[in-house]
Amino acid sequence: MTPILEIQNISKRFRIRHQESYLSLRETISHFFESSTVTEDFLALSDVNFSVNPGESIGIIGRNGAGKSTLLKILSKITPPSEGRVICRGRIASLLEVGTGFHPELTGRENIFLNGSILGMKKREIEKCFDEIVDFAGTEKFLDTPLKHYSSGMQLRLAFAVAAFLEPEILLVDEVLAVGDSEFQRKCIGKMEDVNKHGRTILFVSHNMAAVESFCTKTILLNHGKILGQGPSGEVISQYANLSSAGNSQAAGVMIASSADSNKPIKKIEMFCDDKPSDAMYMGCKMEIRVHFSSVQPLESPVLGLIVKDYYNMPLLGINNKHYMEGIIRKPVCTGYIAMVIPYLTLFEGVYDLDVHFGNAFKDIEVWRDCCRFAVEPMGFTKSGELPDKKLNRFFIQDVEWGLASLDNLK
Amino acid sequence: MNGDGNYYFEIKPKNAFTFGFRELLDYKELFFFFTWRDIKVKYKQTVMGFLWAILQPILLMLIFTFFIGRTFAIPSDEIEYSVFVFSGLILWLIFSSGIANAGNSMVTNAQIIKKIYFPRLIIPISAILVAVFDFLMAFIVFIPLLFFYNQPVDLLEALLWWPTGLLLTVIGTFGPGCLLAALNVKYRDFRYVIPFLVQVLLFVTPVIYPLSILPHKWLQYVVAINPMYAAITLFRLPLTSVSPDPVLISISVVSGLVIFILGLSYFRRTEMFFADLA
Repeated sequence: MTPILEIQNISKRFRIRHQESYLSLRETISHFFESSTVTEDFLALSDVNFSVNPGESIGIIGRNGAGKSTLLKILSKITPPSEGRVICRGRIASLLEVGTGFHPELTGRENIFLNGSILGMKKREIEKCFDEIVDFAGTEKFLDTPLKHYSSGMQLRLAFAVAAFLEPEILLVDEVLAVGDSEFQRKCIGKMEDVNKHGRTILFVSHNMAAVESFCTKTILLNHGKILGQGPSGEVISQYANLSSAGNSQAAGVMIASSADSNKPIKKIEMFCDDKPSDAMYMGCKMEIRVHFSSVQPLESPVLGLIVKDYYNMPLLGINNKHYMEGIIRKPVCTGYIAMVIPYLTLFEGVYDLDVHFGNAFKDIEVWRDCCRFAVEPMGFTKSGELPDKKLNRFFIQDVEWGLASLDNLK
Repeated sequence: MNGDGNYYFEIKPKNAFTFGFRELLDYKELFFFFTWRDIKVKYKQTVMGFLWAILQPILLMLIFTFFIGRTFAIPSDEIEYSVFVFSGLILWLIFSSGIANAGNSMVTNAQIIKKIYFPRLIIPISAILVAVFDFLMAFIVFIPLLFFYNQPVDLLEALLWWPTGLLLTVIGTFGPGCLLAALNVKYRDFRYVIPFLVQVLLFVTPVIYPLSILPHKWLQYVVAINPMYAAITLFRLPLTSVSPDPVLISISVVSGLVIFILGLSYFRRTEMFFADLA
């Protein structure tokens, strides 16, 4: 079979200029006579090769900054590759965002036409499925109301409804599912499966491993711009789960901030298992997470929020010190660390990711998503040596009392 | 559904230098929708609506007639001064608002550019088409104005020179518009350059005075580099028997075409990187 999409030796290089937010003419002129400016090359993608057969649905996974979105941007012609080439044998439509080009001043009806047209639909096609789009979105009452009066949920439904009626041969989808409630997400997946059943090819970038596993036959794992693995989704997802903690960790369980930006107070995150620095925990251990911060202005009551997620990126635990009486910090501080100690870790055996939110009483100042990955090793808490099914459990409860009331004797 | 099985294209680091007109044709509906959106949005929540397109040149005409034309007794190539100014102004407004809109268009549409592909040229061209729409509105007033002042018009010449004037204006707007749009993506300085540029150019364009009042011949040659000179002068031809200097007209037309090619090629050369820079 001829592949519908061939990606050959694709690389994308970005030139990073230090200490500059954007170019201005004055800088270009003033640097004109200087031999060198401080620049650094950053390879967002390096030498990526794969091909896609017609009708396949491919998942693309990887940590933040692995190059997933850059790859989709190259495939959708938004940005050119620095090296390599892509051969396409079908029309590509990309859905990097729902509602691209929506204008708040225009009515729902007008936005359907505008958005559809931007996504590459012909006016005739939009007219043909206009009623279905409105039906799918469930916004027929507000069709002639300006979009700015829509609730955000309605805008989202309308946006997705338009995108759902795209009929390209290759569809690129990026994280669209990250927004919206779970019913909306189910609707999206259902629609994508539908599209795929009609023989169209889908490339799907997501952090939602459950969605990738159920929907994609083949998955590609990107890490630091390189393909680390590709194959059946189940295998690649477990490979991703075993991927060691992100590359900028100095020692096990220590993450150091890469930027010296004064607006980003988080300097270092440390993990301890039974008071020893480590990213390998075990069931029932004492786990400590320390977030070191430093800020120019004193922080009134700093707040640390932690979210623990399983490798399907499903949040399991989200807590912050504001909710605990003794956790509230009243004294303004500039530099220091906040520690969260869990004396008895009840997470089940597995691999977990951590989001760190750092802020004050009102808002997040800095957020590190998926910044630390830690493993929890099994421990025989049941005392029988046997453990419950790993697939079913995320937490464990040691003190479970089992009772049997036999009714035999009563006879 | 796009059922043709022979569809094939390649994405490569640097495309060969092409203008891509065929691709633009494929996207002709998007032209319509972008222009339609900009016109709609421009007059949303206004009481006067499209009337603004007519009011602007009329008010400017009145101001120029009473404060400049009457005060300084400026010659106007045998045309009634109000008509002289109005005919220049409606073309000038295409140029000024076309350049301003096109120049900022890539930045204001950055969100779309970063998320979806289509030929980037659609955006500045639509911005200019919006200005052409305003022109058509104002043109409706231009005709009664001619009757009001009993202005003799050579109809046959009008059929030839009015479309020519419009075409030259669009070409003359397109060049700098695209150039500024592309430059603005990279260097935001141009956001401040554009209004200043438009203001200055009004005074070196024969909108409110004929080129013939300039004292030196060489100064006339310099001012004729402005592409709008030929557009406005040719547009006024059916109203007057004064014939312009063909050398000056040629300079202006050639300069317009050179800027057109320059703007278009710079835009095409840099458009691939807009998404990275915007």
